[in-house]
This record gives sequence, C-alpha cells and structure tokens, in this order.
Amino acid sequence: MELICPAGTPAAFREAVEAGADAVYCGFRDETNARNFPGLNFSREELGEATAYARRKGTKTFVALNTFMRAGHEDLWYQAAADAVHLGADALILADIGLMAHAAETYPEQRLHVSVQASASNPDALNFLVEAFGAKRVVLPRTLTISDIARLARQIRCEIEVFVFGGLCVMAEGRCSLSSYATGKSPNMNGVCSPASHVRYRQDGSDLVSELGAYTINRFPRDEAAGYPTLCKGRFDIADASGYAFEDPVSLDVMDQIDALREAGVSALKIEGRQRGKAYVAEVVSALRKALDARPEERRALLARLRLLSEGQRTTSGAYDKRWR
Amino acid sequence: MAVDKPTLTLGPVLYLWEGEKWRDFYFRMADEAPVSHVVIGETVCSKRLHFADPYFPLVIERLVAAGKRIVLSTLALVTLERESQYVRSLIADSPYPVEANDLSALALLEGEPHWIGPLVNVYNAAAARVLAMRGARIICLPPELPASSIDEIVSQTPGVDFEVLAFGRMPLAISARCAHARAKGHIKDNCRFVCKDDPDGLPVKTLDRQSFLALNGVQTVSFTCQALLAELQDLVASGVGRFRLSPQDCDMVAVARLYDEVLQGRVEAEDGVARLRQIYPATPLSNGFHHGKEGAAWVARARNIAHGANA
Repeated sequence: MELICPAGTPAAFREAVEAGADAVYCGFRDETNARNFPGLNFSREELGEATAYARRKGTKTFVALNTFMRAGHEDLWYQAAADAVHLGADALILADIGLMAHAAETYPEQRLHVSVQASASNPDALNFLVEAFGAKRVVLPRTLTISDIARLARQIRCEIEVFVFGGLCVMAEGRCSLSSYATGKSPNMNGVCSPASHVRYRQDGSDLVSELGAYTINRFPRDEAAGYPTLCKGRFDIADASGYAFEDPVSLDVMDQIDALREAGVSALKIEGRQRGKAYVAEVVSALRKALDARPEERRALLARLRLLSEGQRTTSGAYDKRWR
Repeated sequence: MAVDKPTLTLGPVLYLWEGEKWRDFYFRMADEAPVSHVVIGETVCSKRLHFADPYFPLVIERLVAAGKRIVLSTLALVTLERESQYVRSLIADSPYPVEANDLSALALLEGEPHWIGPLVNVYNAAAARVLAMRGARIICLPPELPASSIDEIVSQTPGVDFEVLAFGRMPLAISARCAHARAKGHIKDNCRFVCKDDPDGLPVKTLDRQSFLALNGVQTVSFTCQALLAELQDLVASGVGRFRLSPQDCDMVAVARLYDEVLQGRVEAEDGVARLRQIYPATPLSNGFHHGKEGAAWVARARNIAHGANA
C-alpha cells in the first residue's frame, strides 16, 4: 500500500519526501483547495520546484483542487488545473463534477482522483465517476467500516485510498454547510471550516469560552485544556444535557488495522494534516512508513509514540468501527 | 429570463413522522395546498422506511387524484448494500420521475428525465450542464448558494428548470453516525427510532443557551427556517421557476397558500414575512445564505440589499 502524505508548505513537502512518502498531496494558495488557510499552500513556482524534487526522489505529487467552483469564476479552477498539469502533477484530486468533466476532456491523459469532498461512498456513485470522467482512484469518506470498504472494493473499477491518521470529519465531507451557517465560509465554497477569522476566545468568570461567529462552541473550566472551536467538535446542550453532540475532540488513528485494510483491497493510506508544521509531518510520516514496512508484531511499539502527536492526545478508529455510529 | 408562471413544490418530509400523521399530512396537502409537484419518500435514514410504507399507495393515490405531480425522493447517504439495493429498485420500478439526492441515484438515472435534489452539489453551471446532459430536467439548488451563483447557474444552463428552497429548516450536514440517537443514549444500530419523538427536529443549543441547530436522525438541520419571500420576485426574474417548501411540523397548507399569494403578487412580501412568523412562531426565520452571509442571518428589506450583494 502507498503512503500518501500532506504538505502545506514546501518545507513540509521535502520532509514528507525524505521521511518516505510514496506520494505527497498539496494545493495552490487560494480557494481552489479545501485547506485554504492563511500562510499555507504553494505558489506556482513552489509547486514546480516541489514536483521536480519529488520526481528526482521517486515520489509522486498529487494536487488537490477539491473545492466547488464558484459560479461565474470557474476560470480560477480551470487555470489551477492547467497549471498543475503543466507543473508535473501526477494526479489531480477533484470533488466538483463540473471540474472533473473539464479535466477529463481537456487532459485525458492526466490521472484523476476523486476527493473525499465528492462524497462518493458506494459502488453506483463510484462507477459513475469512473465511467463519466475516467477516475482512477477514490479517497473514501470517513463514514465506512472496514467491511463496507471490502465489499465496495469488490464492486468498483478504481483504486481505493483511505484516511488512517489525523483529523476526523464526523459529517459526510463535501456535504456539510455547518461552518457557513455560522460564519458564511464553508469547506465547499471557500476551502475553510470553522475559520480562524471568525474564532474568538473570551473569559467568563473562571471559564474560557470559545466562539465561532456569534455562537459559543465550548466552555473550558480553569483546569481543562482549551481546544480550537471546530463546530462539529463543540459541546452543546440537547434536551438540557450538555456534551459533545457530534464528536469528541479526538483524531483518527487506524494504523493498527493496516492488515485488515490491505485485505479489504485498499491501495493507499492517507495522512490528514496539510495545516500541520514540518516537524509534525516528518515525525508522523516516518513513523507510519516504518510501521507500514514492519512486521505486524513490531508495529505496536512503533506507533505508540505517535499517539502523543494526536489532537487532544485521544484517538478513535471512527467509522471504521461499526460501534462508532 | 423571467418565468411566466412560477410554481410551488412540496419537498419530502425529512423527519420521522408516525405513519398516520404522515398520511394525514399528505391527505390534507393533496386536498388543500396550492403546490403543483410533490417530492415524496424517505430521504434521510433507510431504517425508517417501514413507517410510511403501509400508507404509501393510498397517499400517492390521493395526491394524483388531486392533480399533484409525483416525484419520488431517494436517500441522501447510501453506504450499506441494502441501501444501494433500495435505491436501485426504487429507480427501476418507479412509474414517476425520481429525484437524485446522492451520486449513486445519479448514475442509475442516466438517460431518463429526472430531478436533482438540493443535497447534490451543484455550485456552478459546469456541474449543472453535466447533469443536464445525463437527463436532469429539474435541479433544486443547494441552500448554501448565494443569489449571485443562482443567477449565474440559471442563465448558463439552458434546458433545465431550476428550483430553490424557499421554506423550511435547511439541511446542513449528514453523517454515518446518528447524533440524535447518541443524544438519547443509543447508537445508530440500536436507535429505537428515538427521532420519532421530535417531529420538527431536536434542538441543539449552545452552552450559552443560544438556539443553533436541530437534529433529525443522522441529519443536522438549521434551527432557523429558510424563508425566501421578499426574494421571490427577483428569483423569478432571473429564471427560477419553482420554489420548494420543505415540510415542518406546522400548518403547511397555510405556508403553501401564503407563498402562492406572494408569488402571485396578492400579498406584499413584508406582510408575507409577518404572516409566516405567525404560522411558524417558535422558529426564527433566516435568509443569510441567499445574501452571501452566514446562513443563520436574517436580512430584512432583502430586495435592496440583494442587489448590493450581487454587485
């Protein structure tokens, strides 16, 4: 199985290549990708240097153009696709069927991957994307169990890539407007979720309150570490009981399921985290590379220290485990 | 290009209603509501299908007898084999047009005239044209779209009729996990259909007691109710010919009559808003997405501001 690693900066890109990534994914510094955060991502020149560097090292570069084209401004996405192709991207990761159609027609030789943002989670949907646009691989939504993935793999005509480590979306990705409901900015339209521009912390007595737009997302008593107010990981009141309504502040880690994923027919394992620094990328990629190459009985020790890097230091196997639902 | 005679569509009931309540709702809509089309069928959770099943034939018969055009809805999230099978057989057997709410239905409907629901991502004319080439005839656009995108998509996609969600809590997210069941101490596989206790959704408040969202099984909807009334004339002028009313647990006949009167110019939009607040009093209205703001926002005097937002 390939190891697919995130890079939000040219420095993180080189670290990922050095640490043993089979492919690195990244995006341009604008709204054409779903990690459109200040200070992240690549200029055209930087992407050209990165793909050249990766190629010398035998590593592939995937370029994410995985937001939905804003009506009337499609040229921004078309130009990004043209540039990614000319700068040597090995694959384009796309979510919008309008952009897929454009890419398939304009660059028929270019490898096309279906982004998790396309929310293609079943054989009929995937075979449609394979037939209509020649998709070669799908990044599956984090909504499927391993047995769901195994069943799917037998029925589709493209490769499967799954998330194994990092942030976890609890909602079907590419189909969530929670962020824009509160802030006006969404993953689909702006490439951001719960954007920092709309985050505020305020002290209320002994509590630290985190807010997104006009809404309280969490309250932390003095002895509790405060987290970032990602909307779906907030604490809310339902029927007079308060708690994490959608998901606890945990991150995904299913590296102990490597063999089951391989047997299910998975071709590539993906690490989330283009917003992470180069030190994090280096450490996670090298640990997962070693774990992937190691014998099963050696893996546990190799993975143990990775847990310390996880958000809130707590992890979940998410939807890969049926009981999570 | 302005539409001559705009019409109203009744969207599917997104919530789990008891079978008899569901039946009686449709009987009354058939007899009294000025809607031309009725999109009907479970859209949110495949576990709920048996609640409405026994009443389905009678309800369809009543709606057809009343002259309503039927469209069958499909599931928004298809992951299990039985869910794939359900969508396949629904499409294979349907004597009525089908509305796709997921890419899987889209694949199965190729070459047949069909509808696209608001849960399929159509953010631009390029995507709309892909769907049109495959047989989509009516596209209900996602609620997140601002007016500027709607104008652009409608003007650049010939051969398709466009619909916009004009009333109802907005679908914001869907998950493999059931937050509704979790809130009541269950998991999805053993949910005991607790969502049935909340026919208008289970409110989610912030820790500072602000009304925020509502749970509907695996779906999360807005706490506010989308209300496009002052915006209707501009939408008609830009070529939107259909307006969707998404059923809430309120007097939907009164809602449909009110929208019909505003569309026909018999009631001023501002009076319409006031009347809507009386019909559905517990739920604040919003139109923020349409005006390029946060979805929960309410933009008053919307016509003037809408033009500013489009500039």
